[in-house]
Amino acid sequence: MKKIYRFLLRAPATPEGVEPLPPQKRVGMHFNTSWARRWPARVGRFAGLEGPLRVAVWLFATPNRRGLENLDKVKGPVIFVANHHSHADTPLLLISLPMKIRHKTAVAAASDYFFKNKITGVVSALFIGAIPVDRKRVGRQSAKLSAELLAEGWNLLIYPEGGRSPDGWGQSFRGGAAYLSKRCNTPILPIHLSGTDRVLRKNTFIPRPAITTATFGKPIYPSTEERSAKLALRVEEAVNALADEIRTDWYTARKRAHGRQNPTLTGPAVSEWRRAWIRGDQSRKNKRPKNAWPVI
Amino acid sequence: MATQHRHTPRPGLVLEVDRSTPPVMFHHGEGFRLEKLPPGRSRVIYPAEPKTGIADPDNAIRQALLNPIDEDPLPSLMRPSMRLTIAFDDLSLPLPPMRRPDIRQRIIEQVLDIAAEAGVDDVHLIAALALHRRMTENELRHALGDRVYDAFAPQGALYNHDAEDSHGMVTLGYTSHDEIVRMNRRAAESDLLVYVNINLVSMDGGWKSTATGLADYQALRHHHNVAALQQSRSFMDRHRSELHHSNWRQGAVIDAHGPRIFQIETTVNNNTFGRSGPLAVLQKREWEWTFKDRVSCMAMSKSLKVTPPAIQRAIFQAWRAPYELTSVQAGAVEAVHERTTENVLAQHLVPVEGQTDVVTMGLPYICPYNVNSTMNPILVMCLGLGYFFNLYRGKPVVRPGGVAIMSHPTRPEFHPVHHPSYIDFFEQLLAETTDPAELEAKYEQQFATDEWYIHLYRNSYAYHGVHPFYMWYWGAHALQHLGRVIIVGGDTAAVRRLGFQPASTLADALEMAADVVGSQPTITHLHNPPILMTDMA
Repeated sequence: MKKIYRFLLRAPATPEGVEPLPPQKRVGMHFNTSWARRWPARVGRFAGLEGPLRVAVWLFATPNRRGLENLDKVKGPVIFVANHHSHADTPLLLISLPMKIRHKTAVAAASDYFFKNKITGVVSALFIGAIPVDRKRVGRQSAKLSAELLAEGWNLLIYPEGGRSPDGWGQSFRGGAAYLSKRCNTPILPIHLSGTDRVLRKNTFIPRPAITTATFGKPIYPSTEERSAKLALRVEEAVNALADEIRTDWYTARKRAHGRQNPTLTGPAVSEWRRAWIRGDQSRKNKRPKNAWPVI
Repeated sequence: MATQHRHTPRPGLVLEVDRSTPPVMFHHGEGFRLEKLPPGRSRVIYPAEPKTGIADPDNAIRQALLNPIDEDPLPSLMRPSMRLTIAFDDLSLPLPPMRRPDIRQRIIEQVLDIAAEAGVDDVHLIAALALHRRMTENELRHALGDRVYDAFAPQGALYNHDAEDSHGMVTLGYTSHDEIVRMNRRAAESDLLVYVNINLVSMDGGWKSTATGLADYQALRHHHNVAALQQSRSFMDRHRSELHHSNWRQGAVIDAHGPRIFQIETTVNNNTFGRSGPLAVLQKREWEWTFKDRVSCMAMSKSLKVTPPAIQRAIFQAWRAPYELTSVQAGAVEAVHERTTENVLAQHLVPVEGQTDVVTMGLPYICPYNVNSTMNPILVMCLGLGYFFNLYRGKPVVRPGGVAIMSHPTRPEFHPVHHPSYIDFFEQLLAETTDPAELEAKYEQQFATDEWYIHLYRNSYAYHGVHPFYMWYWGAHALQHLGRVIIVGGDTAAVRRLGFQPASTLADALEMAADVVGSQPTITHLHNPPILMTDMA
């Protein structure tokens, strides 16, 4: 009996003089997430999303949802593209989606961050349906996996900025989502999220309640003659217009959009302090002095 | 074969009742009754099944705006410095209110997108509600969407029409019949007026939209009166409706002296209660009810009986109909309206032969004037004798001197905010007379010019003081035509106050009808809603 256990549990030693096989990579881009799209994991994710995550979103960032009817205009899989400020973005966005779409959506997550070890990889894949993508370039492996998922009817959520905003301003969109859209002939649905930076901005760990808004735009369809870079620009402009809609109003944003005059999410190209200055005080602390003079 | 049959919407049907016919569903306010009709002399008229909706409504709307009828494409009418006004039908359409996104939202967003592309800055949106109550913020948001509301309402560029604002109204002229034509000043002085309609029934749309929706009491009284409505046979048939003739005459004046109008009209199908879901049974034919349908009907009926009226009302008023767009037309008013009416009639018309002695109607919980409100007895009369009775082309289904039997609880309940003048009309005037002509001659002016009612209309959410009169006139043609009106299951005192006879059961009502039309009367039951219009051309 002992021999059997030993046989089963102890790996055989590599004979001397034989070059051992290179260790198989199981993290980062090589993390296998296919199990997370099978029924047992999906049931677990359903419980997680509809249970604790929903409660957390309800407590900290109950979103105002605008333009949800634009989702009805899309038949089949779609690539959701949103700006990215916070770890709160993904739960908030998933909770904002209609139920039938929510549980058929995979989230493109940075392989070097969410899949850097097995624990974070399992948690990410299980609870938000994350798949690893290379955020530095459009990698063949991540593009293939994404295309396969779209072909299987899964929706994909991509943050084309490549990471959370470091200073509250947005970052330029990268071309991955547009490339996928063209490759798979799948529409892109632009989304703008606002307020999540106040809930849980980069380098903070304790969430604070704040008002958030998820604005869904009209689907953008790729055309054969349009290059990926141009499509990416179109998507970025659409998200800019949605952001403008939140800052001003829908009609003003539409007028500017037709003249391509919506303010960009990336902010002005000036020095860092001026960008911070323009953005204003984003501190989440209560500004009201404790010993304020009484109002006479 | 059977599957294919299910996918093809069937036209309306006239069912001759025999001994094997199952009990027929009667709407009864916020409830239902199942009634056995006498075999051999009864018939039931069923509405057509819902036509298939347009698969891509946004594209259809876009095409209509770019390729209008007898009008230039909408983008070519826009320029940056213009005054653009968009008027739209109020909450009385469609019924019940439709699920989001409302057709008005779909259309107005596209119109505004074209205006935005042209750089139009001066844009106003007006709920064309004539003398109806003002729409609340929630109702406007439901009809137009949050984007449009948030863009225009805070600046005061989205508002309800105010027919009692003397500076906000303007006289455009007089018709050949000396009828004054008055219109909302902002709309009248615009370079372009875009009117967005939902044509639920054939009465809606055309010149009635602008000549009524944006008018005031002075202009409305030329067609909202007893004589005009008694001469409208029916007011659902524009070519035989004095109501519409007057509106069209006023429309000619608007055409000559008013703004350029770009009319957008839409039609929806008969999918009032959904093809599946809790109320789907209401638009099925009784002999096709499945076990699930029968259980659903029984459960609803029994549970509603023990539910307090306020909760019943809340449940039903929360229903949002899954209507689908079946057509959209844009361009010149009259050309657009002709095509729209064809599309409405294609859904609603049911050919019927011969009149009967009695017509029976199950009145539902909603009419155009109690959306998010209470169905009071005057509205019960208006719904039955105004709308349902007039849903005919050619001749009514009931013979002159016949009897109308309506089923409704007819509770003497009034919404104090929405219908203040109705309370006085019911308590004071109907106690004196129920004759529309006498009410019109003696009291209309008094109610129409009452300062308190005007104040409530302008600043609260009340229907105009004269509105209950119009509701009563709406049934004037039926009152003239019929020998007796009986309400089954209604509050006895309220029914008597209306001048009708109460009955506890349909059998009792038929017995009472026999006094007027003789024994063994022939009966037609209108299985409405979903909406049907009988065609006895």
